[in-house]
Amino acid sequence: MPLYHNDDQAMLADTARGFMAEEGNITKQLRHWRDRNCKDGFGHGLWKQMAEMGFTGMLVGEDDGGLGMGHVEAGIVLEEIGRNLTPSPFLTSSVLAATALNHGSADVKGRYLPGLIAGDSVFAVAIDETAKHRPSRITTRAERSGNGFRLSGSKSFVVYGGSADMIVVAARTAGADDDDDGITLFAVPKDASGMSHDAVRLVDSSMATHTKFDNVELDGDAVIGEVDGGREVLNAMLLAGRVGAAAEGVGVASGAMDMTVDYLKQRKQFGRLIGEFQALQHRASHLYSEVEIARAVTIKAQQLLDAGAESADLMTSVAKAKVAKAARLAVQEGVQMHGGIGMTDEYDIGLYMKRDRALAEFLGDAYFHANRVAELSGY
Amino acid sequence: MADLETFRSETRAWLEANCPAEMREPVRDEDDAYWGGRRAKFKNDAQKAWFEACLAKGYTVPAWPQAYGGAGLNPAEAKVLREEMSRINARPPLSSFGIWMLGPALLHFGTEGQKQRFLNEIARGEIRWCQGYSEPGSGSDLVSLQTFGEDKGDSWVVNGQKIWTSYADHADWIFCLVRTDKADKYQGITFMLFDMASEGVSTKPILLISGNSPFCETFFDNVSVPKSYGDDCPAYVGQINRGWDVAKYLLGHEREMISGAGGGDRTAAIGAAMKRAAARTGDDIDPVLRAELAMFDVDALAYTAMGEKFLDEIKVGKAHPAQPNMMKYVGTELNKRRHELMMAAGGSRSLEWDSEETGGGKPSRGWLRTKANSIEGGTSEVMLNVIAKRILDLPGA
Repeated sequence: MPLYHNDDQAMLADTARGFMAEEGNITKQLRHWRDRNCKDGFGHGLWKQMAEMGFTGMLVGEDDGGLGMGHVEAGIVLEEIGRNLTPSPFLTSSVLAATALNHGSADVKGRYLPGLIAGDSVFAVAIDETAKHRPSRITTRAERSGNGFRLSGSKSFVVYGGSADMIVVAARTAGADDDDDGITLFAVPKDASGMSHDAVRLVDSSMATHTKFDNVELDGDAVIGEVDGGREVLNAMLLAGRVGAAAEGVGVASGAMDMTVDYLKQRKQFGRLIGEFQALQHRASHLYSEVEIARAVTIKAQQLLDAGAESADLMTSVAKAKVAKAARLAVQEGVQMHGGIGMTDEYDIGLYMKRDRALAEFLGDAYFHANRVAELSGY
Repeated sequence: MADLETFRSETRAWLEANCPAEMREPVRDEDDAYWGGRRAKFKNDAQKAWFEACLAKGYTVPAWPQAYGGAGLNPAEAKVLREEMSRINARPPLSSFGIWMLGPALLHFGTEGQKQRFLNEIARGEIRWCQGYSEPGSGSDLVSLQTFGEDKGDSWVVNGQKIWTSYADHADWIFCLVRTDKADKYQGITFMLFDMASEGVSTKPILLISGNSPFCETFFDNVSVPKSYGDDCPAYVGQINRGWDVAKYLLGHEREMISGAGGGDRTAAIGAAMKRAAARTGDDIDPVLRAELAMFDVDALAYTAMGEKFLDEIKVGKAHPAQPNMMKYVGTELNKRRHELMMAAGGSRSLEWDSEETGGGKPSRGWLRTKANSIEGGTSEVMLNVIAKRILDLPGA
């Protein structure tokens, strides 16, 4: 399959780009909700609009009411989300949680997917337990209790955990903390007794929670997939989420780069446009190269994942690491080349720097994924 | 598609029958390849058999038209052949600047008479070409070149000096940029073709830091170049004084070639191989080196995907025309980094200059050789200039 968008995907990209630029732009969304100190961290109106566009159910099969699309398509929407720094639960709800629910029984799908697709219920995911992404270690425990389970433990970096209607929780039902087996995924409703959230605003103005589970009673039908067999589902979620985060990162990097290159063509010092200075030209050209490569490896990973290729795992980590490096370069060069105004809140370039920081951390940073590339390669 | 699958199975069977085992080993160095030419000698029977089998099939230049010695394969078929050859690690039967550089220029700009003569000679490996571009005073600023061809009516008399002429001492003919109008910088250069055996041509190999001499200085002392080699076969490509157009076209090709975008995996991941090599000598990879190898592998694998995307986009005209400059820049910088890491992983063994165990200092000489990657064919800095001007549209670039 060629590594560019086919006609349908190119059309989707046009639609997504127009829509997100119009409705999801920084003024209408990120600054609007941030400046009102919105506790949800995103706009529900936009989320409903995204549902009407069909975006929310892109990764859900047509039999289950979704669009039955793949990661290339989801990545198209995510790139525009990244470019506009649009706060939305797309990555957590429509990518990560949807991937989990796709692995559920017909009953689970029927119960949760219609609300997710309609945009009526927002899903968060609770995977990390410490400050760094380490999904190999799951200590939150679910003990059998009657016909159901009793959940205890704590999770961190639960993005939009405070405002979500449902939280997909990875918990241990058997084995030791670092075991591969013995994981089970649960759908936990927001009003579950014994669950508490410590909501925190992150550097990029997004909202996340430290969530505690203190003997939370769950029905047996809260289980997504197989009891003790959740690692496979969790891995599928992680792959989908990482390749999605990479796509969003390409958007963040592109947005920051475009803004910066435009600025080089406007700002004058010493009686010349600063874009005439070779010191800046070379850095801009290097940045362009890195962002192009990040985009290429991301579509490669998306296609491999859609094709169910074994190498999708390696390529997804390559993409997540490469995008993290390219986007980091884009925002750092962006602020530096903007000079003093790059440090002001009024100017958007700093918002890109903040978003990159949070997005890169989500589901593993460049170090985590470079290490993973080494491990998967056998060293 | 069915036809393509038939072509694939036929190709596979043909390769199986015709490619000798010795020709399924990687080319060890540039001397290990077959370059053709008047003075060419085959290193062994396998090299000869493989060359002759390919020649009969048109596979020395598979994508060229049959009339010019090729097999006339369409792009899809050529890709299948490349894939099937790389599947069994088959070597190219013939390596030559005629195939990589002059050929594409002639296919684009040449007259029918030039194509009939020169392309067939290249395809048959009869004439080995070299490229006369750089001069001592004209490196990155190539267009300032001074080698001058004085108009004598039916001929030019060429005087001047070229430098970094690859294998000039082994070449039979040269394609050479010669100033024919001193008044016009860009439209005063002619892309000439002439015989290196002409009176007044001399070459002198340059000893490099690698200890090898792949490049020469080439001197022209009153070399007489006829303007025509016969009917419809001028001694210049394109038009007189418009050789810069041809040179620019060819530089694009050269950058693609050097960037490795045309194939090859020299920028692919290396960490696992370094780990295995270290284990064989009872060594280990330090954690900090492992981290650098991992970061390199991320960049190298991502660049491989970029190369694939670039080729896909070229096929349908989606690639930015200046994108080869980006590929060249990143590819060559990556290759330098790769060799730095290989030297580090290899430790003191990789320092050996001529020991048998290192194949005559392959690691160290190879490492030094890569330092030219980001200089030859346009420096990294020139590539960045081109990206700034043609892709980013920055002012005054």
